[in-house]
Amino acid sequence: MVRLRPILMECEAMPTTAADASLIAELTELLGEEGVIHRHDERVVFECDGYVIDKAMPDVVAFPTSTEQVAAVVKLCNRRGVPFVPRGAGTSLAAGTLLPEGGVMINLTRMNRVLEIDVRDRYAVVEPGLINVWLTEALAGTGLHYAPDPSSQVACTIGGNVATNAGGPHTLKYGVTTNHVRGVELVTTEGEVVWIGGLVADQPGYDLAGLLVGHEGTFGVVTKIVVGLSRNPEAGRTLLAVFQTIDDSVSAVSDIVAAGIVPAAVEMIDNLMIRAVEEAYHFGFPLDAEAVLIIEIDGIEAALDREARAITEIVQARDGRIDRNIAWRTRKEPEYKSIWKSRKSAFGAIGRVSPTFCTQDGVVPRTALPQILRYMGEASKRYGLRIANVFHAGDGNIHPIILFDEKDADQVKRALEASRDILAECIRLGGSVSGEHGIGAEKIAMMPLLFSPDDLAAMAALHEALNPGGLCSPHKKIPMGGHCVEQVAPGRHAPA
Amino acid sequence: MATVETDARTVETTGETTPVDLAWLAEQIPYRFYQECIHCGFCLPTCPTYVLTGDENDSPRGRIYLMKSVADGRLAVGPEIRKHLEFCLDCRACETACPSGVKYARLVEPFKIELIRKTPPGKGFGTLQKVVLHHLLPYSNRVRASLLPVRLLQKIGLMNPLRKSGLFKLLPSTLRNMEATVPTLQPASNLPEVLPAIGPRRARVGILLGCVTDVMTPQTNSATARVLRRNGCEVVVPRAQTCCGAIHYHSGAEAPALAMARQNMEAFDFENLDAIVVNAAGCGAMFKSYDHVLPPEERERAARFVAKVKDVSEFLMELGPIPPDNPLPLKVTYHDACHLRHGQQVYDQPRRLLEMIPGLELVPLAESELCCGAAGTYNLTEPEAAHRLGRRKAGNVEATGAAVVASGNIGCTLQIGRHIREAGLNVEVVHPVDLLDRAYEGGS
Repeated sequence: MVRLRPILMECEAMPTTAADASLIAELTELLGEEGVIHRHDERVVFECDGYVIDKAMPDVVAFPTSTEQVAAVVKLCNRRGVPFVPRGAGTSLAAGTLLPEGGVMINLTRMNRVLEIDVRDRYAVVEPGLINVWLTEALAGTGLHYAPDPSSQVACTIGGNVATNAGGPHTLKYGVTTNHVRGVELVTTEGEVVWIGGLVADQPGYDLAGLLVGHEGTFGVVTKIVVGLSRNPEAGRTLLAVFQTIDDSVSAVSDIVAAGIVPAAVEMIDNLMIRAVEEAYHFGFPLDAEAVLIIEIDGIEAALDREARAITEIVQARDGRIDRNIAWRTRKEPEYKSIWKSRKSAFGAIGRVSPTFCTQDGVVPRTALPQILRYMGEASKRYGLRIANVFHAGDGNIHPIILFDEKDADQVKRALEASRDILAECIRLGGSVSGEHGIGAEKIAMMPLLFSPDDLAAMAALHEALNPGGLCSPHKKIPMGGHCVEQVAPGRHAPA
Repeated sequence: MATVETDARTVETTGETTPVDLAWLAEQIPYRFYQECIHCGFCLPTCPTYVLTGDENDSPRGRIYLMKSVADGRLAVGPEIRKHLEFCLDCRACETACPSGVKYARLVEPFKIELIRKTPPGKGFGTLQKVVLHHLLPYSNRVRASLLPVRLLQKIGLMNPLRKSGLFKLLPSTLRNMEATVPTLQPASNLPEVLPAIGPRRARVGILLGCVTDVMTPQTNSATARVLRRNGCEVVVPRAQTCCGAIHYHSGAEAPALAMARQNMEAFDFENLDAIVVNAAGCGAMFKSYDHVLPPEERERAARFVAKVKDVSEFLMELGPIPPDNPLPLKVTYHDACHLRHGQQVYDQPRRLLEMIPGLELVPLAESELCCGAAGTYNLTEPEAAHRLGRRKAGNVEATGAAVVASGNIGCTLQIGRHIREAGLNVEVVHPVDLLDRAYEGGS
């Protein structure tokens, strides 16, 4: 097998070379004409995903329709020493599908079937290109749903969710993707087809399925996924709590959890964001509130009102009030759908307020939320930039959105510095630089701030063992022998 | 650093390029319209062509990226880009999905117009398609005349045997596709110029008959007028009204489209009407776009016209509909016409009207918001994709077990009707006002 030298030992720009004709011919033989895109004009749209700052065109885009085809493409790439990366809907916010030096992009959008639903054993077997929300739609009438619900769930794929260990508002109670993946069929980085895990959760031995979730494509291409399904709650209450200060709102979050209540979701929206969302969706958020929390509890109907009262008391103790109390059973109630649409599409709405924005994905311990928000308020003043907030407060997973004008070079520089400052402060407070978007190519430079050289060496050893030669998803997740993808300008994109 | 190719001149050309007028496009499309796309990808699964191919180039986000690259001078319009832009149905499902408020139609329509204008003779639209699109469809009298033989065949009972014989397969594909969409034709509506309100008068409204509706489903125009009258409306049917211009506009003939817009604004004495009621979603969406397709100096007046334009369901719900008395014990499902759901954001109103009918059971339709493939003239220009979407729609309708599917657009009615016939299903395709009319007039 051809082995490449460790990629990008030096940081010189490498031109994207067009794939040679024989590679295209071989891929076409495997996948047919309609399964291969190689003409320049049709490759342009694949040069970036939901992260648009760094761009690189793949040399070829392959559209396999079966595990066998994926394996054959991977083997071909290995034989020819060509880098490759899997891609689903292309909603990554961290350049998870970027091929910095070109190569073969394995597009999994045509592998999007639900293969099996077993209601009694509560699992489903799906292909990686399946849109997250389509699984829950396919489960209509069974009383079950697929719990991880990233804000992009209307578009993102379950394969991508597995790659990034995606979260979402309701992971506060129900857990993130790794808590719901029982097993995967994997085409290894060298093209072998293996099953990891299975229909039964938590098998003995090392938790290899757990290792695969969050691999960001670096351990191969996942071609089938066995996911556990969750029972729909009998009913729920979704409360809109309104606060006079940001500090009060996030303090209330810790109070709720400390009181022994496990909400299904707790989402915070600050004033700047409230105004943008209200303009876009007209839900009826109070425009004068400094911050609101969307607090959702679910479970057995008989217990909900008492729990809602307990939350109301906590909110009132922080000088807040409950503005809405939406009782629901099916999640199809118009007011329920409206409040969550407002929340889940919030980032897109900020596009209406500012010509350009960048967002970050950081984590702090929940009790440190007041500190990080105060820090952001100061950073906003220090850098002279507006910062909006909408995030998964229950998980301490923040998504500050920094508003700036891309035409003003100084503002761009300040926005970038502010982003880095905030992430560094997250680390200082005992948190992390990514809650759910993944490291991708975007944040690879932040990894040495978070981990010691020994930690990184251990991860690199694992990477080398499962991805020898590094052809599969190069420059992702772990800095291998230096890195080259540097952020030169802040992004303008919508996080989960 | 990742490399970015920014220079179109360095790239290999893969075929003949279409010389588009970038200055004209820039006049039509303010640059911020491109920038409003934040590349989040929320639109992808709502796009019928992306659902079919899974190719980013066939998604709204991908097409915006291509169009922006063209506007930036980075890409020329080669055959691939042209193919992907023309493949777009212009159904605007992406606009409903977009959190950032991207006006997708305002981007893609000028591009489509420019592409058609710059098509060398013999390429793109065939002559037959051009004749059909520009000289036949927009004129209801011509459509009626051309369909006279069909009506005769239907009357003497020869149409179905002919369809079954396979003889129509000898027709050119454009005619074959047209033939297949023709329903059982009814006599023309022949409405008088003014129809009085039934009961106390609550409003005075104009109605658009539409060039295709008045030939293919004239009974829907009669039903619309009766339903409006039953709801206390005096109904005006201006004689000078003409085609809305959508077919011309969307197939590149801007000048005749604008002339039609002006004629309609004259024909409907809109300052003296409470509303201009439209029962075809495609025409309604076009009427509502007069204030941006006309030149700037005419837009203020056009905006006053547009403010009066309502889909029939939208108008009735705003007026407060009078519940019908007669039960219609039917299982009905509802298909969202793209130009109602996405083009005009009318979603609830037709459903609420149907639910008002005693005895009627409204059942949800899977993928109700996915385009049926009609998309104006798409079934004539992109027949294969149109057929795939049509079959998918018929399959979803079948799964509901409904006896009737209602839809607020003539194009959908014809397309769904055709695929239901071809699938051998016993499902009636109607406009919601057809059902309301039956419930007012005496039940099924």
